[in-house]
Amino acid sequence: MTQENPTKSGKPLPATPLLDQLESGPWPSFVTGLKRLAESEDKQYAPMMKDLLGQLEHSYQTRKGYWKGGTVGVRGYGAGIIPRFSEARDKFPASAEFHTFRVQPPAGMHYDTATMRKLCDIWEKYGSGLIAFHGQSGDIMFQGIKTDKVQPCFDELNEAGFDLGGAGAGVRTSMSCVGGARCEQSNYNEQKAHRMMINSLLEEMHRPALPYKFKFKFSGCANDCVNASHRSDFAVLGTWADDMQVDQDEFKKAVKQRGRKEIIDQVVNMCPTRALSLNDDDTLDIDNKSCVRCMHCINVLTKALKPGNVRGVTVLAGGKRSLKIGDLMGTVLVPFMRLETEEDYEKLVALGRKVLEFWAENALDHERLGEMIERIGMVSFLEGIDIEPDANMVVHPRTSSYVRLDGWDEEVAKWKARRAPKAPAADTGGKTIQAADTGGKTIQAAE
Amino acid sequence: MDQIQPQAPKAQTPAPPKAPPPRMPDECGVPDPIPLMHPLMRKNFGQWAWHDRPRPGVLRHVAKSGDTLWTVKAGTQRQMDVYTIRDLCDIVDKFGEGHMRFTTRSNIEIGVGDEKKVAPLIAKLEASGYPVGGTGNSVSMISHTQGWLHCDIPGTDASGVVKALMDELYEEFKKEEMPNRVKITTSCCQINCGGQGDISINVQHTKPPKINHDLVANVCERPAVIARCPVAAIRPALVNGKPSLEVDERKCICCGACYPPCPPMQINDPEHSKLAIWVGGKHSSTRSRPAFHKLVVAGLPNNPPRWPEVAEVVKTILYAYKENARPWERMNEWIDRIGWPRFFEMTNLPFTKFHIDDWRGARASLNASSHVHF
Repeated sequence: MTQENPTKSGKPLPATPLLDQLESGPWPSFVTGLKRLAESEDKQYAPMMKDLLGQLEHSYQTRKGYWKGGTVGVRGYGAGIIPRFSEARDKFPASAEFHTFRVQPPAGMHYDTATMRKLCDIWEKYGSGLIAFHGQSGDIMFQGIKTDKVQPCFDELNEAGFDLGGAGAGVRTSMSCVGGARCEQSNYNEQKAHRMMINSLLEEMHRPALPYKFKFKFSGCANDCVNASHRSDFAVLGTWADDMQVDQDEFKKAVKQRGRKEIIDQVVNMCPTRALSLNDDDTLDIDNKSCVRCMHCINVLTKALKPGNVRGVTVLAGGKRSLKIGDLMGTVLVPFMRLETEEDYEKLVALGRKVLEFWAENALDHERLGEMIERIGMVSFLEGIDIEPDANMVVHPRTSSYVRLDGWDEEVAKWKARRAPKAPAADTGGKTIQAADTGGKTIQAAE
Repeated sequence: MDQIQPQAPKAQTPAPPKAPPPRMPDECGVPDPIPLMHPLMRKNFGQWAWHDRPRPGVLRHVAKSGDTLWTVKAGTQRQMDVYTIRDLCDIVDKFGEGHMRFTTRSNIEIGVGDEKKVAPLIAKLEASGYPVGGTGNSVSMISHTQGWLHCDIPGTDASGVVKALMDELYEEFKKEEMPNRVKITTSCCQINCGGQGDISINVQHTKPPKINHDLVANVCERPAVIARCPVAAIRPALVNGKPSLEVDERKCICCGACYPPCPPMQINDPEHSKLAIWVGGKHSSTRSRPAFHKLVVAGLPNNPPRWPEVAEVVKTILYAYKENARPWERMNEWIDRIGWPRFFEMTNLPFTKFHIDDWRGARASLNASSHVHF
């Protein structure tokens, strides 16, 4: 499978009997793509891709990986390039260096063909010709470049308007769903929130010096198309504070079309908080105070039902995967924040920054936000970032009686003070809107 | 933020030029998507009224203005060569309207404002080998990680597993015949970059790391490696007169967490790194709260290039769900209703002592009631 003169162009493709089996079948084959690159004799990457195919086949044969990390970067940045050096470089010298560029995609992953072609042209000039749209963290992954071409390639990508993403112990590349660009279920401008947040934290992305990685993700509703709740430390999920919008005529049409049984089985009975009921005249009865904005009925009846008009977000904190204490879901940090004015968005960014800073100062090495909260307790975390406790933060209150409750009266007094009526201007202009404020009255006053 | 200080000068404040200064990055961050998106998206941003799915693989969004945007969704291999990308661009230019986007699962979405363009676009995509589908209650593209192709710590490949499985699930991608959407994920190590899935195929190591004691002292920051272990099974040791690390193999849970910070602690093993299948993960808050996936099958061989043993179990679970779940029940919601005993019975998969959790908080996963399924 190895070649006699591996740097000479025109050498034969390596034998890849195992990979060849992945060229059959109806799904598009990445192996066919790799071979196409390896066979592009007029391109600088052909020898590299031949050896890359050889090494991948070697992995398939031996069931082992052969890449090691290292240190490769671009001037001014401490992250964004994933260095890869081959441990099988003796056998496959042309792909001995095969680094990845993590590049931040446009928010919502929109492209026009001119931009796509430009990215291809740049990568064809310097790299392997292999690009993933996109990696699990949302980056465009330009995979396979030699160390000496990293800087000129970056300069050209950067001049085309693209910037490196995150890696290591820093703020990572973020993702936002298609959102307002195409979806009526969008509850805020996901792309604006994504860009404002990340673009204000580029220092922490490009020159990472945090305890560990920190991820933000932005979904427009509870359907959470970018998996924010579990896959980010700071998850922003769209929701609304007023009643959902119902077009009763459209609803009646749906009942007629699908039948009562289907509407009852698939819509009414599937409401997680039993907030729905079918009226005798085939209109829908909604108990909006019990609704948790889960989106199910809206997903099924896309013409009849829509989110309400007082739109904004719920912020969840602390989602992550196993390492080190086990999986954690993000949990409610702010039940509702209006996102409408420029100022509202700035408040969201300020909250993100505050959480990040508190974590950066208090986390142990290699400790994610959720793990820090687990270690210090939710209340210490809330006190650290000046957020008042809210019943939306828990599934149920404490069950253990082993707790010191001195200070109870002071906490009750604080709760009463929070509940006291405020001037409407202070409600919307205040910090984050707490759930107690979102119950009908103050929101409508702000309208 | 005290400890977060720039380690290099920023682009905006270059040193006064004596020799021509080196080019510093333009820290432009996240590109603005507005100029790149389909003009109808730009025009109707935040002003959409409703949507439906005229057929699998096609979405119709209608704006309050009355504008209609048709989206055709197709599967890709994610790991794309520039020829594939240019081929897609040619299709988008000729049969679409010059704009595209990608979903979280690497499907391509091509928008057109003219209904007449939908059928030719679908025909062209299909003829070029890109399956149209992935919408609604289908099995969408499997989310995957880097694997042997590019990861430094992979127990298996990712693109190959996904290609092999999507070949098998091709028809389910193109149809919308599942009770609800099905999200399948793969991960090549126990860090699980692939995330939660209705069905998750993840590497599970079964033996402690094999340590190359000659390299540890030079390659690894030993206190950091010791701190990384979730069960405190690693301690410093002097081996053959050299400072190294040793693992208490009775404590070790074979998670591989020590391997990334200390490559001489090799965890991957061609024979003993197995594949496990987990079910019932769910990211959304739709109906039920988000849920983690749960272990159902372990010990499957890491068997490239097509991992047939994995495909068989995945299909068994998938078709039990397809046949038995009620409309709109996700995998975990279906199992919540029928109960785990019936899940194991229907799928004919063994339930063992390893399915009973013993990690922190495990007691919450025990059945504290007299509710028993017969």
